[in-house]
Amino acid sequence: MKTIHVEDAVAKIPDGASLMIGGFMGVGTPERLVDEIVCQGKRHLTIIANDTAMPGRGIGKLVSAGLVDRVVASHIGLNPETQQKMLKGEMEVELVPQGTLIERIRAGGYGLGGVLTKTGLGTVVEDSKQRIEVHGELYLVEVAIKADFALVQAFLADYLGNLSYALTARNFNPVMAMAGETVIACVDNIVPVGVIAPDNVMTPAPLVDFLVTHP
Amino acid sequence: MSAEMTPTAIIATRVARELKSGMLVNLGIGLPTQVANYLPKDIRVYFQSENGLIGTGALPAEGMDNPWLTDAGGTPVTALPGACTFDSAVSFGLIRGGHVDLTVLGALQVDHAGRLANWMIPGRMVPGMGGAMDLVCGCKRVIVAMQHTAKGKPKIVKELTLPLTSLRPVDVVVTELAVIAFPHGHATLVERAPGVSVEQIVAATGCHLWVPPDVPEMPLGA
Repeated sequence: MKTIHVEDAVAKIPDGASLMIGGFMGVGTPERLVDEIVCQGKRHLTIIANDTAMPGRGIGKLVSAGLVDRVVASHIGLNPETQQKMLKGEMEVELVPQGTLIERIRAGGYGLGGVLTKTGLGTVVEDSKQRIEVHGELYLVEVAIKADFALVQAFLADYLGNLSYALTARNFNPVMAMAGETVIACVDNIVPVGVIAPDNVMTPAPLVDFLVTHP
Repeated sequence: MSAEMTPTAIIATRVARELKSGMLVNLGIGLPTQVANYLPKDIRVYFQSENGLIGTGALPAEGMDNPWLTDAGGTPVTALPGACTFDSAVSFGLIRGGHVDLTVLGALQVDHAGRLANWMIPGRMVPGMGGAMDLVCGCKRVIVAMQHTAKGKPKIVKELTLPLTSLRPVDVVVTELAVIAFPHGHATLVERAPGVSVEQIVAATGCHLWVPPDVPEMPLGA
């Protein structure tokens, strides 16, 4: 793990990259990384996230700036811009049930090809997906997702990169930290090694490639 | 008493009576969230927020917001003593694994067999399904809390015209007029709101409704 300035962290992201971004309606989203992506004008991004927050917050800023070609998310209801761009065909949006989305990301990070689920059977989510019968019950095959980068927000980090999250700001973050080729963590507080008790570490240090330092 | 009650109050009061102490309950956003405000005083349940919390409490007092503690709509909430937090994989493991006893959801339409549409109006409203498909597929019991009609048109219909949420039918629909269940795949009138006639309910319903000889009034008292 290396500590890094936010400008240098974002400079590692090429145009056209796929980014998993933690957060739920902007809560637990690495806002400093998002702001810097807007600042550096990274383009043609694919964003994998629970939602696109709202205009002016979190992933909403990337959508407003026109940096996103494709979104994979479960909910875009609080961001009218995402909906408009989707309906106008300016941005591709794949809507995935929230439980299926987190499981597909988990599968990506855990070395699985995908998961079997009943969620989406018989609905538009099924589309042309494969059905499998297990123990007499039908399931949909939902394939794993990985990304070039996982951008996560934690409450605490030590200088090894161990992460601990706060309350409902945890959400997608620790699961995404397993599924990104390169993991960049933004944190509210950086503490000395040993301060986070082993039982309270939710993302183990070896998973984190870069820890963004405070300004 | 229902003469003084708003439609929301009737629906939330009736749904709240389905909650039993010890249950793990997930309330959808909008009208279903109101159910928590009508819970009988002696009932203690666990409320789950699917963004990663069991033990969701009331709204925080002014100035006491914690930016890292919100409900699934992003609104600041409190956590009761004994609450716990977890990541989204655990949260949806609880939902899809059948560990949530009851979910209460809103609906755009429900068909004659209890199948639900509640996540999009093609070309017009595309919010995404969020956790709705998982909740309907995975929770032990599914209650729809909604107004009986929208702009005068029935929301309980013969066939859905909007995209389906799940093949699994809901257990009960509670409206300001009636409680409707779906035994053997047939919409069946179970209760009527005080002062509401069976004829009124049938007229406001867009599919055939099985009506037993005796339809009791909803219990809405304390």
